[in-house]
Order: sequence, then structure tokens, then C-alpha cells
Amino acid sequence: MGKPLPLISNNIRKLRFHHNEMTQQELADNVGVTRQTIVAIEAAKYSPSLELAFRIAHVFNVPLEEVFIYLPDHDPILKQA
Amino acid sequence: MSIHERKAIASIIGTIVISIAYAAYMIQRYPVADWYSADVFRFWGAYFLILIPVSIVAKIIIAIVFSILNTIATGEAEPAISDERDQLIDLKATRNGMWLFVIGFLLAMGAVVIGLPPAAMFIVLLCGGIVSDLISDFSQFYFYRRGV
Repeated sequence: MGKPLPLISNNIRKLRFHHNEMTQQELADNVGVTRQTIVAIEAAKYSPSLELAFRIAHVFNVPLEEVFIYLPDHDPILKQA
Repeated sequence: MSIHERKAIASIIGTIVISIAYAAYMIQRYPVADWYSADVFRFWGAYFLILIPVSIVAKIIIAIVFSILNTIATGEAEPAISDERDQLIDLKATRNGMWLFVIGFLLAMGAVVIGLPPAAMFIVLLCGGIVSDLISDFSQFYFYRRGV
């Protein structure tokens, strides 16, 4: 059994680039987490809480769905239905 | 490898070293008596009571030494905060460790039920505690590496 595909993708790296090449550390400081957590979110190894997701979207001044993208094709629950 | 993964490995090594060193020290004091002597119970009572503060102090020292060596080697300071991901990983790792401890406890009680001497119960309980500690640290390493 392989590793499950991530259910949520994100554009954080692209958004950081478009915001004066904001570093992971700067974003982490702005939203109150460690740089390792931003690294994990970008690599889709961690799905943040709703509060943190909204905080990230707020920092980039974009709606939540522009930061995070739900991937229904990867969702095993939907596949069962 | 992230600082949290290195920290988990340092903790695993620390647990193994402390357990072996403490057991090697205490085994010399094991009372030469029959299996059910009061001295045996006293020995195991002291073993567990002393082990708790010894392991806490040793783990604090290991954490401080690790932090200093890690900063010298990598120039990366330890994160000042523990965020939601750290807390979630800590919670899951503790849960895994607790499961192992419960299994160890049940096995220890099983040892008494099948008529093994009390020393067997204490040894199984001790091993359960050590394994649960190791599993907790290993879980932390796993979740930081694979994601949570």
C-alpha cells in the first residue's frame, strides 16, 4: 500500500514569490508558526487548521480557495460513494 | 533532516543509554534472596522511584546538550514556539506510546496471573515503559518525516 495522495494542494510557494519573494520564515512569523510547518504545508505533508489556513490567505490578501485547492479525485471517501 | 527529527533521534539514543546504564548500575544491588522476599519488592520499588527523577534530569541534560551541539553544527536555532503541527504530532506520538504502555501493563498483570515471580512482572512493566518511550519518540520522528 503506497502513501495516500494529498487531498489538498496549495499555491503558497507561488503566492510567496508574487509577494516580493517572501521567505518561508517571514510567512511563518506572520502567521505564528514555525518555518518547518510552512515547509510541511508547501510540501502537502500537513493540512493546516482552518484558522491557520485563513491566516495564510489573509497575509496574501486573497480568498482561501486561491491558496488551498481541494482535490476530490484523491479523496478515498468520495471514491467509495 | 529537520531539527525535530534530529531531536527525536537524540531522545531515542538518550532513552536507550539511560535505560542500559541505570539497569547496569542497579543490577549490582539486586538482593540475593528468594523470588518472593520482601527485599525483592523493596528493590523494585526503589528501582522505579529512583528511575523517574534520574530519567527526567538525564533527558533535560540531553535536550540542553543537543540544543547546544545542534546550534553549533548547523547554525539553526531551536524554534521558540510549539505550533499546531508540533502539538498534533506530540499528541499522536503520546497516544502511540500510551498504547504500548497499556499493552506492557496488561502483559505484566498476565505474568502475575500465570504464576511468574513478582520480578517478572516488574521487568515486563519496566520494559513496557521503555518501549512506550521509544515508540513515542519514534512516532515523532515518523510524523515529522512522513507528514501528519
